[in-house]
Amino acid sequence: MKILVAVKRVIDYNVKVRVKPDQSGVELANVKMAMNPFDEIAVEQAIRFKESGAADEVIALSIGAPQAQETIRTALAMGADRGIHVEASHDTEPLAIAKIIKAVVEKESPGLILMGKQAIDDDSNQTGQMLATLLDYPQATFASGVEIAGDKLNIIREVDSGLEHITCPMPAVVTVDLRLNEPRYASLPNIMKAKKKPIDALSLDELGVDAGQRLKTLKVEEPPAREAGIIVDSVDTLVDKLKNEAKVI
Amino acid sequence: MSILVIAEHNHNEIQAPTLHTITAGVQIGGDVTVLVAGHNADKAADAAAKIAGVKAVFHADAPEYANGVAENLVPLIANLAGDYTHILAPATTYGKNILPGVAAKLDVAQISDIIRVDSPDTFQRPIYAGNALATVQSGEAVKVITIRTTAFEPAAESGGSASVSKIDATGDAKKSNFVKSELSSSDRPELTSAKIVVSGGRGMQDGANFAMLEKIADKLNAAVGASRAAVDAGFVPNEYQVGQTGKVVAPDLYIAVGISGAIQHLAGMKDSKVIVAINKDEEAPIFQVADYGLVADLFDAIPELDGKLG
Repeated sequence: MKILVAVKRVIDYNVKVRVKPDQSGVELANVKMAMNPFDEIAVEQAIRFKESGAADEVIALSIGAPQAQETIRTALAMGADRGIHVEASHDTEPLAIAKIIKAVVEKESPGLILMGKQAIDDDSNQTGQMLATLLDYPQATFASGVEIAGDKLNIIREVDSGLEHITCPMPAVVTVDLRLNEPRYASLPNIMKAKKKPIDALSLDELGVDAGQRLKTLKVEEPPAREAGIIVDSVDTLVDKLKNEAKVI
Repeated sequence: MSILVIAEHNHNEIQAPTLHTITAGVQIGGDVTVLVAGHNADKAADAAAKIAGVKAVFHADAPEYANGVAENLVPLIANLAGDYTHILAPATTYGKNILPGVAAKLDVAQISDIIRVDSPDTFQRPIYAGNALATVQSGEAVKVITIRTTAFEPAAESGGSASVSKIDATGDAKKSNFVKSELSSSDRPELTSAKIVVSGGRGMQDGANFAMLEKIADKLNAAVGASRAAVDAGFVPNEYQVGQTGKVVAPDLYIAVGISGAIQHLAGMKDSKVIVAINKDEEAPIFQVADYGLVADLFDAIPELDGKLG
């Protein structure tokens, strides 16, 4: 069985993003980029399935600027077997991304498609669910446990009220949550080996997908700053301030 | 304009996120219809009809809607979409699981997690964990939108007198199967709707130490939350997590105890009206958003605070 993992190149989670002065977006030039942390967890899970014998091949797919190939190389260094890069604008919306992944799924016929539950740049949390609907596959979102049992998946989902256990047949789309696993660091020998692993390039034309923008971003601005607070010297002062100044207790 | 709100409910009651979503619908304008899809959920449908601002309630009752399985709900909602300009759901795990599939089925873009309605086609939403706010305009015939509940007041649970109409189910897609839920029961208020939240972080050192926060929470009628670090460490279950990828809260008072204040945590609580931070590290970033900071060892400060609250 093949596993397809979708990985997105985003601003590194440690970087404080800055809004451009012209309010057209956030500053991406000369900013450290990395694989979306949720997608790293998806890659890790795919590799574990290969290591356990449940999968034969792990394909890492990234959609975006030419530099998205670096993100694919990261997945290859972790242990994915090969990559697919589809060149598209950085701003490609989740619906178009889902259509692109669907076209790749139709070429590759993976038994399982894994990706992060959301990307930490636009925080949309849409692509996996859209892909499952477009493919008419089962979906399991926000997974903190994924087990392959024959031709079925046993999934634990993190939901607002606690945990939910579901099962579904494969092929299926699974979006992963933070506590599924802890992704490995790529070792230096594996980083070297990854340079020789193949990355296929596919174009939107070849895949027959219209990735045009449906939404218009009118402006991007800084959130209102909170007014500076004070440091209190004791628990007594704190209780007094909360009772008599803020009047919240 | 005509708005369809997808209700989150427990078959007996309409849950709070739906009330906030109805307010967003009223702000957009036009008539608000609520869809209650469930199994033996008559009480929830009747409750929906009483909510202020609701003009009509659709009630779809079938076993396949008993557990909120997205593959069963997507076709039901997509079938209704033709009559609406907007389809709204709360940006909870329930709404986030279902709505993108509806958008895909309708071949329209979704706008996630809006915090402001500028006009019927223009909305503001946070990106990059709330470090930037994007104003987004949609030209789609049907606008499919999830609502950040903390950004909209809840609609009143009474005052409405909508009619309830039964609608046909669309069948079991036979895709994923619900097995069971593991829910933690608590008599405390729900985290996302509590007026006061007391949250603990890595500094709590152990799950057992959360008992100190629970004592304070009980005195203040507060909910207990946690940072990702505390959940990852196994101190408390996942449903306690506040942050970019957990729950977003905006209570009147948020007390952060032993939480350093990573941007991912701040994303989930920085719209709280008053923020208190208790941390022994005076350099902790949490102090930058706190209205009242107390630099102290929480193992001294929390028992003392507990005593002073009487």
